[in-house]
Amino acid sequence: MADIFTIALIWSTIRLSTPLVLAALGGLFSERSGVINIALEGMMLAGAFTAAAVTHAAGNPFVGLLAGMGAGLLIAAIHAVACIRYRADQVVTGTAINILMIGLPPFLSGAFFLSSGSTPQIPREHLIPWTPIVIAFILVPLTWYVLYKTPFGLRLRSVGENPEAADAAGVRVAKMRYAGVLLSGILAGIGGAYLSIGQSSLFTRNMTSGRGFIALAALIFGKWRPVQTMLACLLFGFTEAVTIQMQGVVKLPSGEDIPIQFIQMVPYVLTIVVLAGFIGSSRPPKALGMPYEKER
Amino acid sequence: MSLFRELLFPLIAVLAAFVVGGILILLVGDNPLHAYALLFGSAFSWPVGVGYTLFYATPLIFTGLAVALAFRCGLLNIGAEGQLYVGSFAAAWVGIEFGGVFIRNGAGEIVNSPIANLPIALLLPLCFIAAISVGAIWGGIPGVLKAKFGSHEVINTIMLNFIAVALCSYFTQYHYKIPGDPIMQTAEIGSNANIMRLGKFIPSMPSFIPLNASFLLALLCCLLVYLFLWRTKWGYELRATGTNPSAAEYGGVSVRKQIIIAMTISGALAGMVGINEVLGYRHRYYDGFSDNYGFTGIAVALLGRNHPVGVILAALLFAVLQRGGIPVDAFTEHVTKDIVQVLQGTIILFVAAEAFFRGPFSRWGLLKRSKV
Amino acid sequence: MIELRNITKRFGAVLANDHINIKVEPGTIHAIVGENGAGKSTAMRIAYGFYKADSGEILVEGKVHEIASPHDAIALGIGMVHQHFMLVDTMTVAENIILGAEPGNAVALDLDQARAEIRRVSEEFKLAVNPNAVIEHLSVGQQQRVELLKALYRHARLLILDEPTAVLTPQEVDEFFAILRRMREQGKTVVIITHKLSEVLAISDDVTVMRDGKVVGRVKTKETNAAELARLMVGREVLLRVEKPEAKVGQPELSVQGLTVKKADGSKRIDNVSFDVRAGEILGIAGVEGNGQTELIEALAGLVASNHISGKILFENRNIAHEGARLRRELGIAHIPEDRHRRGLLLEFDLAENSILGVHYRKPIVNVAGVFLDSDAVRRRANEIIEGFDVRPANPDLPARALSGGNQQKLIIGREVKVNPKLLLVSQPTRGVDIGAIEFIHRKLVNLRDAGCAVLLVSAELEEVTSLADRLLIIHEGRIVGEVDPKIATIEEIGLLMTRGH
Repeated sequence: MADIFTIALIWSTIRLSTPLVLAALGGLFSERSGVINIALEGMMLAGAFTAAAVTHAAGNPFVGLLAGMGAGLLIAAIHAVACIRYRADQVVTGTAINILMIGLPPFLSGAFFLSSGSTPQIPREHLIPWTPIVIAFILVPLTWYVLYKTPFGLRLRSVGENPEAADAAGVRVAKMRYAGVLLSGILAGIGGAYLSIGQSSLFTRNMTSGRGFIALAALIFGKWRPVQTMLACLLFGFTEAVTIQMQGVVKLPSGEDIPIQFIQMVPYVLTIVVLAGFIGSSRPPKALGMPYEKER
Repeated sequence: MSLFRELLFPLIAVLAAFVVGGILILLVGDNPLHAYALLFGSAFSWPVGVGYTLFYATPLIFTGLAVALAFRCGLLNIGAEGQLYVGSFAAAWVGIEFGGVFIRNGAGEIVNSPIANLPIALLLPLCFIAAISVGAIWGGIPGVLKAKFGSHEVINTIMLNFIAVALCSYFTQYHYKIPGDPIMQTAEIGSNANIMRLGKFIPSMPSFIPLNASFLLALLCCLLVYLFLWRTKWGYELRATGTNPSAAEYGGVSVRKQIIIAMTISGALAGMVGINEVLGYRHRYYDGFSDNYGFTGIAVALLGRNHPVGVILAALLFAVLQRGGIPVDAFTEHVTKDIVQVLQGTIILFVAAEAFFRGPFSRWGLLKRSKV
Repeated sequence: MIELRNITKRFGAVLANDHINIKVEPGTIHAIVGENGAGKSTAMRIAYGFYKADSGEILVEGKVHEIASPHDAIALGIGMVHQHFMLVDTMTVAENIILGAEPGNAVALDLDQARAEIRRVSEEFKLAVNPNAVIEHLSVGQQQRVELLKALYRHARLLILDEPTAVLTPQEVDEFFAILRRMREQGKTVVIITHKLSEVLAISDDVTVMRDGKVVGRVKTKETNAAELARLMVGREVLLRVEKPEAKVGQPELSVQGLTVKKADGSKRIDNVSFDVRAGEILGIAGVEGNGQTELIEALAGLVASNHISGKILFENRNIAHEGARLRRELGIAHIPEDRHRRGLLLEFDLAENSILGVHYRKPIVNVAGVFLDSDAVRRRANEIIEGFDVRPANPDLPARALSGGNQQKLIIGREVKVNPKLLLVSQPTRGVDIGAIEFIHRKLVNLRDAGCAVLLVSAELEEVTSLADRLLIIHEGRIVGEVDPKIATIEEIGLLMTRGH
C-alpha cells in the first residue's frame, strides 16, 4: 500500500482537483441560488479556449486568465438569461450550451489558427501552473465566508431555498440568481483556463473530458457545501491521480491487482449512493430548478 | 396546438440557428451560402451521400426515441450515452461468447474460449436481446432510484454514464481484447452475428457503405413507440403521468411504476444502438465509439417535439449536418466541421427558450407523491 | 392608520377585490373576516405590496402612497405575516429575521448586533425565541413568533396577520392573543385576517366583513355578535332551490368509522370521524374550506398515503381504508375532485382521452389483446359524455385546456357518472362554474341519487349544499360537529356551526 501514498501522488491529486474545485464552487453559487447548472462543462471549455488563445496573442497568461473568466461569464450570461428571464428548462439549456461548446472553440480555433481544433503551443514562461491552484484553494474558505457570513450569501441562500420568502423580505430574487449563475461562469472559466494554460500549454478540443460533470457530482456529493465539496473534489482528483500513476493496475497489500477502471468508478457510485440518501440526507436547495414567477 | 404550430417552433429555431451560424461563418471569412450549400449538398447525393446520412441517423433515432419516451413521462434521461454503451458491449459479448470466437494472444495460445457457437437463427436474436435488455437494466436503475428514493434522474444518469464507460472499458481491456492489439477494442464477433449491409439488397448501393438493416429496425421502433404511446393503455398511463401525475394518480395509475417502466424502455431503446454499431458496422465493441449519440439524442428528441415522426426528421437533419460537415471542412477556407456542433447547440438553445412555458422538466419535485 | 380606498384587483377572470374600502384606526386590533375566496388576503397583500391593485389608492397615516413591492411597504412601517409562513427552513431564526435588512456592512454580517437587537425586541413583546435555532426544528407556534419578530425587527407599526391561528393549538392561541394585546399596548396597529368568529369576538376592536370580493359590513366588535357576523359572512340570498323528489334511501354503501387522517408533520386533519352514506341519498358536508374536507374526500378516494390513515372505511362491508385508488374505482366508487385542473383533468390531452381517465385500462375501452385502446370505443364514450352532459364546444379533439371551467366540470361529472358508480364522492362541484351549468350539474346529481347511488357532497356553498343534501353534516377543524336537517335548519344555525364549531 505504501506505493500509493507518495508525495508525487499527493501533488498530483492537488493539481488534478484544482479545476474541479473551481468549477464545483462555481456550480455551488449557481445551484445555491436555485439555478441548476449542468453547463459547467461548457463554461470550462469556454474558459480554456479563450485563455489559451488570448495568452498566445497577448503573450501574457494573466491577461489570458482574465479573458478566460470573461468567456465563462459570457456563456453563463446566456444560461442565466434563458433560465431566469425566459424560464427555459435549466437542464436542457445547460445541455445545449455543452453541445455548443463542443463545437465552438475548435471552430474558432480552426478559423484563427488554421488548426484541427487546438490552439498553438504556448511557451513555458507564459504558463501559470501555480496561480489557479492558489486561487482555487483560497476560494474555498472565501466561499464559505461569503456564503455564511455576508448579507450577499444570506440572500443568495434564501433565494435558493424559498424565493417567495426572500421576495417577501424585500430581496430581489432575479438579481441574486443572475449573480449566482454569472459567478459560476467566472469560476468555471478559471477552472478551464487552468487546464489550458496551467496544466498544459494549449487548448485541445474537448479537453475538459467530463470534468464539468465530475465537478457537479462533487458538488452533490459535498451536499452543496464549500468544504465538503472541496473534499469531494479531492477524492475525485485522487482517483484520477491514482489512475494515471498506477498505470493500469492498483496493487493490494495481498498482491492482487485491481484494474484501474474500478477505482475510476468509485466516486460515481458514491455520488449515486449519497444522492439516494444512503449516507446522510442529501438535500438540494429546496427551490433548485424551479423558475420563480409570481403573480403581480 | 395544431400540427402546423407544433412544427413551426422547431422550424423557426432551426432557421434562427442557421442565421447565427451564418454570422459566425461570415466572421471567419467565408461565404455562408457556399458553406451551407456544401453542408446540405453532400447529404443528398446518391448513393454515397444518402447511404451515409441514413447510417448516421440510425443511432440518433434510437437515442432520440429513448429520450423522447422518457420525456413523455416527465423524465430527463441524460443517460442514453451510458445505456447505449452497455447495450453495445452486451451485444458484442454475446457475439463473441456465443459466436464461437476464440481469443488468442500473440503466441497462439487461447486466452478466452467461447461458451458456444450458435447458428444465425439463435445467435442473432440473442445478440438483440442482450443489447435491449442490458440497456433496459441500465435505464431501469435510475428509474428505481427515483421511484423508491426520490433521487433525481439527471445526476444518476450522468453518473451511470461514467460507470458504464468504465465497466465496458474494463471488460474490453481485460477479457475481450486481443492481447497485443494497441486499439482498445474487443475481438471481432462471430460472423453469424453480422447484420447485412443494405448495399447487398439495393442495386446501386455499394456495400462499403455501412448502412445496414438496423436502420429499418430504427424505423420499426418509431412505429412501435408510436403505437405504444398513443394506442395502448400502458402508453396512455405513461403519458398521463408525464403531463399531470396528480391526475394520473387520481385515475388509478401508479406513478412510481410508470417512472420505472419509462426509464427501462428508454434504456432499452438506447441499447439498440449496439445493434447498429456492433452487429451492423464494426462487428466488435470499439471503446469510445459513440460520437455523443446520447447527448445528441436529447437534441433530437427536443427538436422532434418528443414524437417519433419528429425524431426521425430531427435525426435526419442532424445526420445531414454530420455528413455535410466533412465537405464543409474540406472545401472552405476557415470553416471546420465543428460548425455542426455549433449549429446543434444553437438549435437546442432556441428550442429551449421557446419552450419556456413547458417548465416541468427541471422540477426536482416532479413526481413527488401527491398524498397528504 | 391605513386605509384602502376603492381598491379593485382582478386575476384573470376572477374579480378578487371589487371597489373595496377598508379603514383601520391606529392602535387597534382590526379583524377582517370572510369565507375563503372572499378577497381578504388579496386586499392585504396589495397593502403589503405583494400585488398591485388595478385601481384605487392606499393611504398610510392620511397620505397616499405607492406601494409597489414589499420593500416599499416595509419602509412605510407595514409588516405582514402570511398564512403560509415565509421562512427559510434550513436557516436559523436570526438569519430569517434579518434577511433583507442585515446589520453590518456588505462584507460582514454583524450577527452579534443582530442577536442583540432580536433579544431586545423579543423581550419588549415577550416573544421568546432562540436566535440560533433552525426553523425546521421549531414548532408552528414558535415559527409564528419568528414571523412576528421579522416584522417587529423592521420597526413595523402596522402588522397584518393572515389566518394566524389556523395552525395553532388552543393553548398557543391564548399565548398568541396575549402577544397581540401587548402589541396594542405598545401602540402597534394589528390587522388580523380570519374566518374564526370566536377569536374575532375575543380579541378585536373593529371588524370588517368581506364576501365575494366586496366589503359587506363594518362594525365595532362590542356592538355585534357571532350570529350577525355569520350572517354577513355567508349571506342570505337563496340562489337556487333544487326541486327534488323525496329520497328513497337504502342500505349504507359507505360506513366511515373512527377515521383519522394525519399530515406529514403529524397534525390531524381529520379527527375520529364517523358517518354513513346510504344508497339513494345525498349526504352533504358543509364547512369553511380548510377544515379537513379536502383530506376527507382524498382519504375516501384512496389518494392519501396509507400510513397516514387510521380507522375504518367500509364500502359494502369491506374495509378499503388501505387500498389504492384503482381498486376503489373498480369497486364502484367515483370521485369528482375539488381541484379539477390538478386532479380531474389532463389539460394537455383532448376531451376523448380525458373521458376515459379511470377506465382506460378496462373493457370496452381496451380490446385488442387486452392492450390496445379501441379508438372507436373511446370516441363513442367521449361523444356520449359530451352529448349527455352538454359539454361545449362538442368536439372531442379539443384539448381540455380550451374549455371553460363549467364545461370542464361537466366533462368530469359525465365521466364519473358514466361508470354507474355505487358511491360518488363530490367536492365543490360548481366552483368557478357559470349559472347555467350549475343548474345542470345539480340536476344530474339528483338524478344519480334517484337511480340509487350514494352521494357524498362536500361544498363550501351553503345554498348548494342545503338544497341538494338530504342530510347535512357540519365539519369544523377535522371533526363532525353537528348534523342538521337541511330543510329546516337556518342559515345562521349552520353558519355558526361552520365558523364556531358549536
